[in-house]
Amino acid sequence: MIHTLAQPQLSVVNESANVQPQQNAAKMQVLHLSAYFGKTQALKDVSLDIMEREVLAIIGPSGCGKSTFLRSLNRMHEVAGGRISGRVLLDGEDIYQRDPVMVRRRVGMVFQKPNPFPTMSIFDNVAAGLRLGGMSNRSALTDVVEESLKRAALWEEVKNSLDKSGASLSGGQQQRLCIARALAIRPEVLLMDEPASALDPISTAKIEELIFELKRNFTIVIVTHNMQQAARVSDRTAFFYLGELIEIGSTETLFTKPHEKRTEDYITGRFG
Amino acid sequence: MSRWYYYKRKAVNGLVLSLSGVAAAVVLVPLLLIFFHTISHGIAIISVDFLTQMPKPVGESGGGMANAIVGTLILIGLGSVVGVPIGVLAGVYLAEFGENRFAHVVRFLTDVLSGVPSIVVGVVAYTIVVLPMKQFSALAGGFALGILMIPTITRTTEEMMRLVPHSFREAGLALGIPQWKTTLRIVLRTALKGIATGIVLSIARIAGETAPLLFTALGNRFWSTDILHPIASLTVFIYDYARAPFEEWNNQAWAAALVLISIITILSLLFRFFSRSRYEGQHS
Repeated sequence: MIHTLAQPQLSVVNESANVQPQQNAAKMQVLHLSAYFGKTQALKDVSLDIMEREVLAIIGPSGCGKSTFLRSLNRMHEVAGGRISGRVLLDGEDIYQRDPVMVRRRVGMVFQKPNPFPTMSIFDNVAAGLRLGGMSNRSALTDVVEESLKRAALWEEVKNSLDKSGASLSGGQQQRLCIARALAIRPEVLLMDEPASALDPISTAKIEELIFELKRNFTIVIVTHNMQQAARVSDRTAFFYLGELIEIGSTETLFTKPHEKRTEDYITGRFG
Repeated sequence: MSRWYYYKRKAVNGLVLSLSGVAAAVVLVPLLLIFFHTISHGIAIISVDFLTQMPKPVGESGGGMANAIVGTLILIGLGSVVGVPIGVLAGVYLAEFGENRFAHVVRFLTDVLSGVPSIVVGVVAYTIVVLPMKQFSALAGGFALGILMIPTITRTTEEMMRLVPHSFREAGLALGIPQWKTTLRIVLRTALKGIATGIVLSIARIAGETAPLLFTALGNRFWSTDILHPIASLTVFIYDYARAPFEEWNNQAWAAALVLISIITILSLLFRFFSRSRYEGQHS
């Protein structure tokens, strides 16, 4: 009796989940964002939503503003001397009205080139964000370091050499160390700026697997030059061209049935 | 690509290589001469007594210069207390926030200061420390030496901080680490080895200064560690003893020179040892 009643209800839930997988609410909202370097406008009136626990890929040719866009999401754009107009909301609050230090603790970042701190051990690299943020409880730090390295799929390789230099690792390991370092401060959103472009194919595959794991707990925005990578790791993809958002949609649709001529030209390799 | 052209190229290459090799060797000559003379004249005088005894009154033989060794170390310490913090912090400012007019002025004046003759700095220290206190003192000497340290330390700190890749600053800031902590705990820490070298260079320079001490620390034939009173130093000791009409004093001046060079060498080695990176040579 109960079974027959429950069955149709379940199938309804499943159907709606297929349409919008795990995307219930917007984690971040970008509203009419423009970004400038001096008098040069790098980003023109971009508006889009970033959903909770999705992987959003940003693609586009060099100089299209995709890195600038990413760096506007945790206020790193202004570190390089840029300025913005428009609004970026995180859980409904404008990050440009908040303390940038607090924003960056909630929106973490991984850079193109692995950049572990050279004077610090593997342990200290992962602990750096928390320790320099004021946390000194050694056993709590140890727990976070282990958890972060496990999440970054690096723990098995370094668990016996935590006091060695971070710079002694291979390029791919260094990048996973940087991911662990970013995860240790427990961000809600993780921004990745071409995280695999400096790595060999095997390390790249590891980073991609990792992104797949991480999206269970984090919202991820990844900038990539590599369209196959965007297709493999992301739920949705946004195409930027000359500082404008041309098209955003589910990754499958964007790569198979793009609405815009320019998107199609780019993904088929006619320019870029 | 004739054979003639090939031989000509080899010949020019050989010529330039040997010329630069000879130049490199010539650079070493003065240093070797100094070492040779100092050691050959001074080594015979150096003894436990020389290092631990006080100078004997005129006319008596023997004696040492323990007071001058300690005095030089105290003067170096006082100079560092003045010069290191100001120099390092000014260098940090120039490297991290130095794109404004004020910083350009500071940078230029630092270069000017490094060219000011040390005797002028001594006269200035005499005017603003010795005269108001109505007393020659180690403090005045340290003040003068500290001023002489500032330009070297400021410029090396700035250069070394600038060598730290921008990506480390960004990594720190992106972790939600406040700017001042990123600057001090990450950038400064990364540049520390180079900065230590700058500090050593400036110490080596001031340890050999004599002129500014003549107006400030003055010199002292007796034991004193009171920084408010005149204090002995190896350089003033060398100055007095080298021009004295007694052969034994002249030889003691050589010995003092040898001790001074040794102190500078030991300080350099210690600094290098303590400031080297924990992970040197560990890169894959």
